[in-house]
Amino acid sequence: MARLDAPRRITLGAALVVIAAVVLLLGFIVWRGVQLFVVSGVPVTQILSPTWQPDPLSEGTTYGLLPFIAGTLAVMVVAAVVSTPLSVGLALFMAEVAPTWARRIAQPAMEVFVGIPSVVYGWLGLTILVPFLRVHFGWLGFATGFSWLAGSLVLALMILPTITSISYDAFVAVPADMRSASLALGTTRWQAIRHVVLPAAATGVATAIVFGLTRAAGEALAVQMVIGNAPVIPTSLARPVTTLTSQITLDMSDATGTWNEALWTMGLVLLLISLAFVLLIRWLGRGRSQA
Amino acid sequence: MITTSAKRIGALAIAATVLVAACGGSSSSPAAAATSAASAAAAAANGAAASGVAGPAACVDGSITTSGSTALQPLIDAAGKAYTAACPKSTISVQGGGSGTGLTQVLQGAVQIGDSDVTAESKLQASDASQLVDHVVTKQGWVVVANTGVTGVTSLTSQQLQDMWACPSGQSAPKITNWKDVGGPDLPIVLILRPASSGTRATFKQVVLNGQTECSGQALTEDSNGAVTTAVSQTPGSISVIGFAYYQANKDKVAAISLDGVAGSVANMASGTYKLAAQGHMYTKGQPTGLTKSFLDYLMSDPIQKTLIPSLFYAPIQ
Repeated sequence: MARLDAPRRITLGAALVVIAAVVLLLGFIVWRGVQLFVVSGVPVTQILSPTWQPDPLSEGTTYGLLPFIAGTLAVMVVAAVVSTPLSVGLALFMAEVAPTWARRIAQPAMEVFVGIPSVVYGWLGLTILVPFLRVHFGWLGFATGFSWLAGSLVLALMILPTITSISYDAFVAVPADMRSASLALGTTRWQAIRHVVLPAAATGVATAIVFGLTRAAGEALAVQMVIGNAPVIPTSLARPVTTLTSQITLDMSDATGTWNEALWTMGLVLLLISLAFVLLIRWLGRGRSQA
Repeated sequence: MITTSAKRIGALAIAATVLVAACGGSSSSPAAAATSAASAAAAAANGAAASGVAGPAACVDGSITTSGSTALQPLIDAAGKAYTAACPKSTISVQGGGSGTGLTQVLQGAVQIGDSDVTAESKLQASDASQLVDHVVTKQGWVVVANTGVTGVTSLTSQQLQDMWACPSGQSAPKITNWKDVGGPDLPIVLILRPASSGTRATFKQVVLNGQTECSGQALTEDSNGAVTTAVSQTPGSISVIGFAYYQANKDKVAAISLDGVAGSVANMASGTYKLAAQGHMYTKGQPTGLTKSFLDYLMSDPIQKTLIPSLFYAPIQ
């Protein structure tokens, strides 16, 4: 076999390094994540308990991860519900409605949104949103302002650029012929968007939402600052809850022994959640290419 | 086309080099950057704690790292700066990370000293803890603080605090949930806890709650002195616990509450009458040698114990 030429060697090397890094990382997280069951002998079913009592100084420890799993899913879903109409609307505006000058403003504005660090989002949430909820919606039960809704609203803002830019690409990818054909048949622009562009771009928009959800599941800092971090099953938008990422950052510096292993198990659960989303995105993508 | 983008990349590279050179210059040699008024002021603020603190009696050259408790970090950082200011051939790197991290890292040999708010026995397995040597260098205290809107409550007993924080067995709420039951306004009590793994929470649980479990279900949890201070200052009816130094820096934002009639102060902690306090531990793996030993000895010497420690709101070890 002939020797590989330089470009091939370099690109192949880069690919191998990245693949090796991913495999090692996954292996490490899985290995640390199962220590709780393998080394400390905690039954696997215990992580589905609603009780989180990891403190060895208290009598009887229970490593129930249900509050964190439920909290992560709850915060994430509400964030997507709030963010989706706004970002899909914005993407439609940019792709179909906006004059060129407005598009020139909207696109860099989106990029700025992406560039704001999450700690700044959290800080804004802590200094503006949390007191606002407490002062103006205290009558709805926002006793402290730290709440499920506060976490979801901060996340909604953070995933807005993700959903917007991927949806925008999906709308732009709809062939101009389809729009022209629709308009030629006498539809209004709104009818063309509703009955032609939106259905044609549906899988792309769905992919955008799933990408947004994935981003939301992994965000730690901004959410932790506004959510109150109470390890309970979410029951009210106005009450403090917690998430997997938030609890890991709270305890990782000080937890030792079995407690530390439980944090790695949370990391593994988070990995499985995002893996499920990746599979969902692949599946949606396949649907699109067949269509 | 290619030449244009190549030029652009070249320009970026030059800009980046200039930027890196500028940053490197100001951090590696403070003296050279003293021409800038801003960095001179920052250097003065950094050195303020160390100024007036005499260096060690004898220098030992070398390089060590300590990590762990963020509550002890300001003290160890200031002491390390005072040591290296007098002994330019030695390097002492001080990192935070939390007590658990410090203990784990010193056990692994990743650092020479692990700083902890709590004993190694309470964090590690007995076989691991027995490899570590404890050096108690100071005493640190915490103040119970409430939102400034909680008027009329200046002192609480341990029993009252237990009734506010602890869940009676089988109950999901504490006995006292409104400030009016302890002489305050008609306002719900909002507990702000530290993460269960923190040394602050462990000390409070042991000293004030007699080991009873906190009602964490209804409470907020914030992970640092700074976050707790912010939350207490802006949440009506909230109560929490913060370190002495953080209270001193935020006196106007939160209201201090005496514990069993004793105010939280360095003097009361040093005399032993204020009980919400704990020893600050520095652990080494085996007996310390070289710079590690010299630095630990320096921490026990008069310049640190009599001058630096009180100035940072810790108490000396007699």
